[in-house]
Amino acid sequence: MTHSTQVPDPVVPVDFAADHFALFGLPRRFRIDRSALDSAWRDLQTKVHPDRFAAGSDAEKRVALQWASRVNEAYRVLRSPLQRARYLCEIAGHDVQAESNTAMAPAFLMQQMEWREALEDARATGSQDAFDALSTQLDEAREDMVDTLTKLLDSDPPDVGTAVSRVREWMFIERLGEELQAAQH
Amino acid sequence: MALLQISEPGMAPAPHQRRLAVGIDLGTTNSLVAAVRSGVAEVLRDADGHALLPSVVRYLEDGSVQIGRKAQAAQASDPQNTIVSVKRFMGRSVEDAGNDHTGHVFADSTAADASGGVAPGMLRLRTVQGDISPIEVSAQILAKLRQLGEDVLGDDLVGAVITVPAYFDDAQRQATKDAARLAGLNVLRLLNEPTAAAIAYGLDNASEGIYAVYDLGGGTFDISILRLSRGVFEVIATGGDTALGGDDFDTAVYDWLVAEAKLSGLSAYDVRTLRVAVRQAREQLSDDAEVGIQASLANGTAVSVRLTRERFDQLVQPLVQRTLSTVRRALRDADLTAQDVKGVVMVGGATRTPVVRESVGRLLGSEPLIDLNPDEVVALGAAMQANLLAGNSAPGEDWLLLDVLPLSLGLETMGGLVERVIPRNTTIPVARAQEFTTFKDGQTAMAIHVVQGERELVSDCRSLARFELRNIPPMVAGAARIKVTFQVDADGMLAVTAREESTGVEASITVKPSYGLSDEEVAGMLAEGMQSADADMRARNLREQQVEARRLDEAVSAALLADGDLLDSGERARVDASLQSLREIAAGEDTDAIRTAISALSHETEHFAARRMDRSIRAALTGRKLDELA
Repeated sequence: MTHSTQVPDPVVPVDFAADHFALFGLPRRFRIDRSALDSAWRDLQTKVHPDRFAAGSDAEKRVALQWASRVNEAYRVLRSPLQRARYLCEIAGHDVQAESNTAMAPAFLMQQMEWREALEDARATGSQDAFDALSTQLDEAREDMVDTLTKLLDSDPPDVGTAVSRVREWMFIERLGEELQAAQH
Repeated sequence: MALLQISEPGMAPAPHQRRLAVGIDLGTTNSLVAAVRSGVAEVLRDADGHALLPSVVRYLEDGSVQIGRKAQAAQASDPQNTIVSVKRFMGRSVEDAGNDHTGHVFADSTAADASGGVAPGMLRLRTVQGDISPIEVSAQILAKLRQLGEDVLGDDLVGAVITVPAYFDDAQRQATKDAARLAGLNVLRLLNEPTAAAIAYGLDNASEGIYAVYDLGGGTFDISILRLSRGVFEVIATGGDTALGGDDFDTAVYDWLVAEAKLSGLSAYDVRTLRVAVRQAREQLSDDAEVGIQASLANGTAVSVRLTRERFDQLVQPLVQRTLSTVRRALRDADLTAQDVKGVVMVGGATRTPVVRESVGRLLGSEPLIDLNPDEVVALGAAMQANLLAGNSAPGEDWLLLDVLPLSLGLETMGGLVERVIPRNTTIPVARAQEFTTFKDGQTAMAIHVVQGERELVSDCRSLARFELRNIPPMVAGAARIKVTFQVDADGMLAVTAREESTGVEASITVKPSYGLSDEEVAGMLAEGMQSADADMRARNLREQQVEARRLDEAVSAALLADGDLLDSGERARVDASLQSLREIAAGEDTDAIRTAISALSHETEHFAARRMDRSIRAALTGRKLDELA
């Protein structure tokens, strides 16, 4: 905001703004009640959406735009299991994206190479069965990730260090999934 | 010094006034205006009882302009000066427009592109009154509808909701907004056409569940998948084609007709005459199994051909299939299957075509819903939304729209590749930031190129804007941290800011230079007084500012009444003083002074607004926790 010279600082800082979970009144856990998230999102949007302030002042409209954007962003992150896991790691102080840290477990590297080869083969032959088989494998890998990360992140205390490695592997799985999608259309 | 007026606690400072607002469907073929009157949305009719205004504008040699039926009647005899289907040209270049079958003459307008001339500007239409921008043509249609609204409702409008195809990109939305400004309309919201239809349908039927809206208009096609639940209309995915509609059905039939009747050397008169005949035949085929197409050409040749519905279905089949693959993609994007869809709402005149209804019904496994007039349903929904946004709805009788961004937004990176910043089908409003860095030592400026589209290469996407972040302090390559923030508002329109994080150097832009009109151009056109003489314009401006002042007064007074305790006595005194000052100035006739007083009060209440929002969010959270306990 550019007017801080004339207007005193806000007395009420938005303390829950930093945490997407608190924003929706949900516990900070990986396992999430999806229908509670959905209805919390809708409830909050009915409070903050700019359309609620169409007859309001410009100041209200601006605040509403910022809030509605923030609520949507928080919802986007929490609704995706991968983004949610990544976010939990990040608010615990672990940067998942750190480029230097690309080390992955040898077993996953092997798996990764097998999947890559399967994708190349499917591409080369154009076989729908081959695409479907890989797609099923990736789905299973995703489900495993959900189980693994629930254990790592929702235990007391959580094992965030290990979770970060799994999240990175999961990001690879999603990228491969996108390539698989693209190869079929 | 005037005495301060202080209203009693618990008493609203201004009596509740009904604010007149309309919904406008600015269509390719026809446009219409609707309003909520006595609680019911209805289309407004002109003195002759017509609701549909043909979206046709004719520029005459004597400087006058005809809009609607009169213009439409002249289209064959004066094709170059009679602009039809102008919506197809909004935010588009000559290159985009491709082959025009209808006798328009395009003029390039690269000269009008003040932003550096990299992107081609919007095309212009050459007429006897000079080169006219599609925005001006649309503004004529909108001004006519505004006039109709004011005549029927009997007062000035506080604003309008104007509908656009869901698949309109930023350039097309900006062009529509500019046209509204030129027409003297305050845009409460640009609303996506399928979403408007869903409102009209959903509110009428109290529906819940997943619905699809299939909207095939004269020139555009949209599909939206929505979830309706407890007063929330949530768009999950949208898709479409802004260059596919009933016009293209006509073109398919026209091409067949020309080949069938072995016609050649057709004049612009002939083309328009034949196209009018083809359109009539297509409409008639919705009811009849076979029609005759008759026309008389300029050289006296009589054309007479018979067309069966079966043949017609074959001719348009490829076009129908194109819409169906878009429907499939939207379902895939929504992560849903056809079985999940509870009903499909048909919108747009072209959905009267039986083969369209049958094909859509087959794909989605349900009988399409056609109980609302497909020509009117969009305008009706827009009117309901306008009424809501103007603040006229009773408590508990409101609803919320959560729409999505139709096309991905991104930035050009090295090698002409697109870095996607916000993917399509993201719920709006949304803000997303991405960090970039410099690639040369000592680099002090960075060019930012904003694009929209789904392709990997910049050259395959639409260029929305280019701007530069300058005065980056020299650093080694890769050391600068440049944060580019995209903010998309509820209208689906983008604003971009770039900031070097370590020094705070900032550059920002509301995306518009490549294809929109510049602010100067709009100001210039407004000054020329498209519709009214200078004095009228001044009076209108004053009235608008007074209305705006009253609106702000009411909003602030209501806020103080509800949450005045959030201000300490010093803050309260400043807000009261600013409010009082606005009231005094707004009673006078100095338009600029009123504008200044409005922005002063708005500014003074900025932090108040932020705190009220905090309180409201806290209340929502607390309320939910109580619910959970119960």
